[in-house]
Amino acid sequence: MVTETLTEPLRRSGAYPIEERAWRALRFVMDPEIPVLSVLDLGVVRYVRSQEGRLRVGITPTYSGCPATEVIQRSIREALVHEELGDVIVETVLSPPWSSEWLSEEGRRKLQAFGIAAPKARAAANVACPHCGSHEVERVSEFGSTPCKAHYRCSDCLEPFDVFKCI
Amino acid sequence: MTASTSTSASSAPSAEARFRYVLRLADTSLVLGQRLGEWVGHAPALEEDLALANIALDLIGQARLLLAYAGEIEGRGRDEDALAFLRDAPEFYNVSLAEQPNGDFGRTLVRQFLLDAWQVEVYEALSGSTDGRLAEIAAKAVKETRYHLRFSAGWLVRLGDGTAESHARVQDALDALWRFTEELLTPDALDEEAAAAGIGPSLTALRPRWEERVGTVLAEATLKRPAPARYPWHGKRGVHTEHLGHMLGEMQHLPRAFPGAAW
Repeated sequence: MVTETLTEPLRRSGAYPIEERAWRALRFVMDPEIPVLSVLDLGVVRYVRSQEGRLRVGITPTYSGCPATEVIQRSIREALVHEELGDVIVETVLSPPWSSEWLSEEGRRKLQAFGIAAPKARAAANVACPHCGSHEVERVSEFGSTPCKAHYRCSDCLEPFDVFKCI
Repeated sequence: MTASTSTSASSAPSAEARFRYVLRLADTSLVLGQRLGEWVGHAPALEEDLALANIALDLIGQARLLLAYAGEIEGRGRDEDALAFLRDAPEFYNVSLAEQPNGDFGRTLVRQFLLDAWQVEVYEALSGSTDGRLAEIAAKAVKETRYHLRFSAGWLVRLGDGTAESHARVQDALDALWRFTEELLTPDALDEEAAAAGIGPSLTALRPRWEERVGTVLAEATLKRPAPARYPWHGKRGVHTEHLGHMLGEMQHLPRAFPGAAW
């Protein structure tokens, strides 16, 4: 299930074993709201830097008020402390602001399989029902069960579904 | 975290001025977010309940980032919670429109639309602020605020161009709330100081853009634009309508009654 595809920052950091171990550990830290996505799939980890026994991890919140952000920061800290990679410092990075374009390809596939339509760069016309694949869908509300999701309904299979919002 | 480093000696506003300016932005989002939170469990439909709660969450999230920054500028150890829960109404600097009571769903949406249209302009301008931290916060907030504006503008058109009853209600709300819009667009000394230092937008330059954006939606909603408001309210200087104190009484009750409470 878990593929060995390394994220771009992971490839770049290959020369630093501690950082690489940290990146590997982060693959198993999941989003509390969408538990099939790791924090790497979500694209919220901006950097991992090991310096003088300290491990600094930069996290970009998805939405300013998303309550999952604090849980994610705590989970990341716990996972890295467990790996015994040094003192863990989780930092918030606001700029550049998080974009749904930072979702990994793997993350998009996992979302779809979980029943949440992945964000599309263009308008709602492209949204496909994650249950039956139909493009005959209607938007119920741009605000769904969490800040990052919109609420849709399929006109063919009649099932409601979530769409990960473009931002 | 990047700290702002504004060093141009002559025109750089004092820490006190920057503190108050950031609080204006923070308090407007916080107070509006708290008002929207009052709808949770009461909106006309589940989808709208969720939407209002989501928008409230974004606004309170923006307020937290701004309040934390204000606390750092002040440098007296007050964090976002201390600033949100332990100040009284005269120390809040939100624009008066934000604190106006919810009324019915239509009135809430009119208030939201007028402020969304304003916040989109303010945050777009702040994204290029010479204050790096404000620019970061604004660049994030503007993406969220565009969603808010689409929601409130969409509802304004639906209600305004809806039934005779819905039209009458939102027109009434617009007539009642319009007098608070002058404050959004009339700069005072602090606004001008912030604009001169490149920290905040020039409200004079912002006015025509806001008016055009609002005018377009009002026309589509078949709503009549009220006569210009003459009196600029002064929420942003801490002079509020009677509604803010009541709202804060509810919002601040728990942390004041049980200092340091956590769950």
